[in-house]
Amino acid sequence: MTFFKQIKALVWKDLKSEFRTKEMLSSMLIFAFLVIVIFSFAFDPTDETLKEVFPGIIWVAFIFAGILGLNRSFVAEKQNNSIHGLMLCPADRSAIYFGKVITNLVLMLIMEAISLPIFIILFDYSFSGSILKLILVILLGTFGFVAIGTFLAALTANTRTSEVLLPIILFPVIVPLVIGAVESTGAIFIGEEMSEILPWLKVLGIYDLIFITVPFMLFDFVLEV
Amino acid sequence: METFDKDNRYSNILGWLAFLVTSVALYMVFEYAPTERVMGHIQRLFYFHVAAAWIAFFAFFVVFVGSIIYLKKRSTFWDNIALASAEIGVAFTTIVLITGPIWARPIWNAWWTWDPRLTTTLILWFIYIAYIILRASADESEKKARFAAIFGIVGFVDVPIVFMSIRWWRTIHPQVIEGGGMNLAPTMVQTLLVSIAAFTFIYFYLLLRRVKVEVLKNQVKEMKEELRKLQYN
Repeated sequence: MTFFKQIKALVWKDLKSEFRTKEMLSSMLIFAFLVIVIFSFAFDPTDETLKEVFPGIIWVAFIFAGILGLNRSFVAEKQNNSIHGLMLCPADRSAIYFGKVITNLVLMLIMEAISLPIFIILFDYSFSGSILKLILVILLGTFGFVAIGTFLAALTANTRTSEVLLPIILFPVIVPLVIGAVESTGAIFIGEEMSEILPWLKVLGIYDLIFITVPFMLFDFVLEV
Repeated sequence: METFDKDNRYSNILGWLAFLVTSVALYMVFEYAPTERVMGHIQRLFYFHVAAAWIAFFAFFVVFVGSIIYLKKRSTFWDNIALASAEIGVAFTTIVLITGPIWARPIWNAWWTWDPRLTTTLILWFIYIAYIILRASADESEKKARFAAIFGIVGFVDVPIVFMSIRWWRTIHPQVIEGGGMNLAPTMVQTLLVSIAAFTFIYFYLLLRRVKVEVLKNQVKEMKEELRKLQYN
């Protein structure tokens, strides 16, 4: 089997078991939804200032909901020691990492695709930017988050306090990503020129590149017996 | 036992050196360096603030190097170095984060500003607190060292990106307070250098001590294992 076929098999396995129960996806969706509703109590939803913080709110919701999925992705493999089964596969260890990244990416993108329109409707937000650019930013932002998140989730899955530990070690590391994602989303929402958005897209691009390379190089060390 | 005594002698020498240089630095900070014309005496905080910041960054760099060498060689020594350096780095970053607002309040009229340097220091503090918590929650010592080394690398790689992104972020938003440089008199520069030297000695002294504690801890653990084996046989 080639490397890509191996990754495909791993992704297929994860998605298949997820879509049988839809456990993670439904929890992530409801959680993202809840975060937004809680925010509407924290800020006055009819106020003008809300327009300014709206890009921030949606990214906070995405990231919080994403953490739920990341936490499960390796902890679930610990049950019945399936992680050892995966490690025994005649495949490169990094295939496991890329497989999990793609699964988490798919789950998060589905969650975002459903919840973003709902958020916009709920807050009666007048959207005046380009949809294509927005999709690009969401793709870049989510990819970076999932790339480093999956890696650190593999790390914390082997510790005593895995679920608590992941946000603590993940949030400080994703600061540049959050800044880039929120700023570019905000700029797109108010219909800024491409030249205004481009620096932030660069931040996201560089971040994605670095944090897919570093885990790729270090992943072998995470899954040692 | 012999190596123990030898180690102790080295760290004692280093300890006395640190004491001596720190005393000189203290004298220089309070007597030798002139009072800053605009800021007054509060500016003397600068010598400790900057020195602590430099040593904190240096300590985190040592964590990074120690982590890489640990993953290559798997020697407990380098893991101990990384652990000790991370803890000292967090302590020095805490000093920076405490002295900063004390200095900023009378000068900038604000305790805190989301300036790139300040914010990066805060994020740095969070990253290495996370490093320590990660260590504490892994069970076996081998796992502990391996995970910590991996995170030590990831965390350090992240720091320049954090700094750059925050700098861009702040240039877009209106800056409330201008950072601005100071014109340092030659005596001030000398004082700063001695102060940094003092902090460097303190850093290495603490590093040696902390590594020693970890080595002794492992020895105690091994002895306990031995005893347990004897008990059950």
